[in-house]
Amino acid sequence: MSQIAFWGAVELGLVFSFVAIGVYLAFRVLDFPDLTVDGSFPLGAAVTAVLILAGMNAWAAAGVAMLAGAAAGLVTATLNVRFRILNLLASILTMIALFSVNLRVMGRPNVALINQDTMISPFYGLGLPDFYVRPLFVGALVVVAVLLVWRFLESDMGLAMRATGANPRMARAQGVKTDRQIYLGMALSNALVAFGGSLFAQTNGFADVTSGVGTIVVGLAAVIIGETLFRSRLLLIALIGCVGGSIIYRIAIQFALSSDFLGLKASDLNLVTAVLVTLALILPRLRRGGAAA
Amino acid sequence: MIEISNLGVVFGRGTPLQKQALSGVNLTIEEGAFVTVIGSNGAGKSTLLGVLAGDVLPTEGKVVISGKNVTRKPTADRASLVARVFQDPLTGSCGTLTIEENLALAAARGRARGLAPALGKNRRAHFRERVAALNLGLEDRMQDRMELLSGGQRQALSLVMATLAGSEVLLLDEHTAALDPGMAEYVMELTQSLVNENRLTTLMVTHSMRQALDFGTRTIMLHGGSIVLDVTGDNRKNLGVEDLIAMFRRVRGQNLDDDALLIE
Repeated sequence: MSQIAFWGAVELGLVFSFVAIGVYLAFRVLDFPDLTVDGSFPLGAAVTAVLILAGMNAWAAAGVAMLAGAAAGLVTATLNVRFRILNLLASILTMIALFSVNLRVMGRPNVALINQDTMISPFYGLGLPDFYVRPLFVGALVVVAVLLVWRFLESDMGLAMRATGANPRMARAQGVKTDRQIYLGMALSNALVAFGGSLFAQTNGFADVTSGVGTIVVGLAAVIIGETLFRSRLLLIALIGCVGGSIIYRIAIQFALSSDFLGLKASDLNLVTAVLVTLALILPRLRRGGAAA
Repeated sequence: MIEISNLGVVFGRGTPLQKQALSGVNLTIEEGAFVTVIGSNGAGKSTLLGVLAGDVLPTEGKVVISGKNVTRKPTADRASLVARVFQDPLTGSCGTLTIEENLALAAARGRARGLAPALGKNRRAHFRERVAALNLGLEDRMQDRMELLSGGQRQALSLVMATLAGSEVLLLDEHTAALDPGMAEYVMELTQSLVNENRLTTLMVTHSMRQALDFGTRTIMLHGGSIVLDVTGDNRKNLGVEDLIAMFRRVRGQNLDDDALLIE
């Protein structure tokens, strides 16, 4: 693996950290299996690309992308809370609807962002090679996101959200409006995922309507790998685990695909992903001596 | 003070399984009263508690707590008035949260929850003090997850949680039923002292006739969704478990075929 390929993998892992943290909020904190992310990730990319091309400041465009993601999360939450549609199914409905929405937003299947001012543009040409600048910049944003989400989860409001996922009956008895927590959590989760999509578009220079396929698997893979490698009850460590899991996942994929002796091709990506996630799931069990189960 | 008038609850209305869980219940409970509620299975005890808690919304009638009409208010909206301890220790607290996080959750009951840290220095110290008063040694395990504790320990903490934020009414739903006798006794003593300390209007559902007479200031018995017995004061003081069963037979004019269940 070349150095550029390695840092490329780290960069992609950092971009998908936002997806991992979003998936962590939905799946782990709220106990809400949410597939909306397959739609909200390219939504974030599409909104950002279109707005930047229209001349909007990249930071503002990313902010709008987050709002769009939050709106997508609210749609799923509404279907579930208000209309009592099973959570998984509600999120699938939003996800497929978003495919059409994303095409409408972009007007065509993909949009290029060549030579446009992105959030990263000001940091190019300061002396560091580009393949360092991107992961450093995205990494700084990831640190901010991890700290903010951590502080939120340790606040009174965040505690109410965690209780909603862990024991909704008890939460209600303590005065927590659990429906409201689901709205809030889904909005937050998908806003983070959309921000990941926004960064993806800006670092790769394009938005593509198909870029969302499998986002949920990648996010879950990161969460599970993180949980396997960073075993801790502490929230901050769990969140760092999401980031670590996301980066390790990308490096492992990169390693598997670029190793000549394995003979894998890019089209084997999904198979490799499935094997990696399976390993991450089995590993803790093997570690306990294999007898347990 | 609790005022229940003409309360009726029907489950599964219009289906073959329709059940009148409560009908025509009128009940006024003075402020600071400690009422024990008995009755056989399916008598409507849990439904009555559910109506007060907000888990069950009545089909007809009116429920007023401390002058506020809460008849149609869902659980979360009346949590500032009502504190509750469940029968199952696992229901009343969050297993995956730590002891102090559970307490923080309860301390904010009925108040707006903002973005301030849930566990500030002052709160931590206050919680530690409250937990230390239990004499269970849990004050040194504040950062342990709740799921590591025994049922009795969790129930004791649930009681502390119920009294952390102020409330008008305390609802106890057979909260010692799942505990071993020693722990059940401890939890009952704790209940009594917390109720006295906070002067709470308390409703305690119990399966044990003994417990129903030993604790509280008033005892009501439910049967088939109605109140069939309501004793207080001297009448109650002179009552024994045997008398209670005899009275129950007289009121209902029928033989009790589940004596065993009632006496325990």
